[in-house]
Amino acid sequence: MSADAPLVAVVRFPGSNDDGDAALALTSLGADARLVWHTDPVLPDRTGGVVLPGGFSYGDYLRCGAIARFAPIMNAVRAFAAEGGPVLGICNGFQILCEAGLLPGVLRPNRQLEFLCRDVVVLVESTSTVFTSSCAVGDELVIPVKHGEGSWFADPETVAELEQNEKVVLRYDDDVNGAVGRIAGVANESGTVLGLMPHPEHAVDPLLGPVGGIPILSGLVEAARVGSVVVA
Amino acid sequence: MKATVLVRPKDGILDPQGEAVGSSLRSLGFAVSRARVGRLVELDLDATDSATARTEVERMCAELLANPLIESVEIQVLAE
Repeated sequence: MSADAPLVAVVRFPGSNDDGDAALALTSLGADARLVWHTDPVLPDRTGGVVLPGGFSYGDYLRCGAIARFAPIMNAVRAFAAEGGPVLGICNGFQILCEAGLLPGVLRPNRQLEFLCRDVVVLVESTSTVFTSSCAVGDELVIPVKHGEGSWFADPETVAELEQNEKVVLRYDDDVNGAVGRIAGVANESGTVLGLMPHPEHAVDPLLGPVGGIPILSGLVEAARVGSVVVA
Repeated sequence: MKATVLVRPKDGILDPQGEAVGSSLRSLGFAVSRARVGRLVELDLDATDSATARTEVERMCAELLANPLIESVEIQVLAE
């Protein structure tokens, strides 16, 4: 890791379990990944990007992500996102971003009521986000999913608006879990906050399988590099 | 005061849990054409009048207990 590696904060909630893999993957892609505890009131100095990792924060009580959104660190994450800082929510992190109102929609139990754990093909639908700017529309990324509640839902007006604004970012090639429009990932208006159900942090090392996660995480690392320069 | 909040999946929202329960009941031989599964929240409140209690519980629903995109709520306030 070089001295000027961009700092990416990975938030660790009680019940997070992909925080370590996220930090490892980000480090392998050139980031200075720091684990941040959910009760911390602020993000580390020079934070250029934030990851809300997968897992089962607060035991998934009530609804997935519903309780994590009240964690003290989330105020700092909200402020960071409001300033245009890149924030990536993976799986449970996506659920948290939806419950926190940083992304539209909600994640529902999979239609087949089964926990899914397998590689899936997702299509890049939009390159107007910092996470997919190096991709081309139509690129196929192979990334694993592992979730019981990953069926994204929003009302038809919201979906139409997202499609229109190119903020449907990733779409499953097959109908994996009953998600509206086979949507696997959506972004905010400015393309700086992305939530997705597949796990890019598990798809960065060819020794372990597909590497479809690299472009997305690299996009975050590069955005964090630019952001941290601006902040400094 | 006591209150109960009944949280239901909204009409038209896919309820895989309800479908699984319904099909399990049918496989046990019960004549069930449809099942929907929600959640019941029981609350003991400090409020001393029912109007205040109801207002409080409505705020609780909006802020945490239900997600209005997919769930509807029914609030009952009970004097002790």
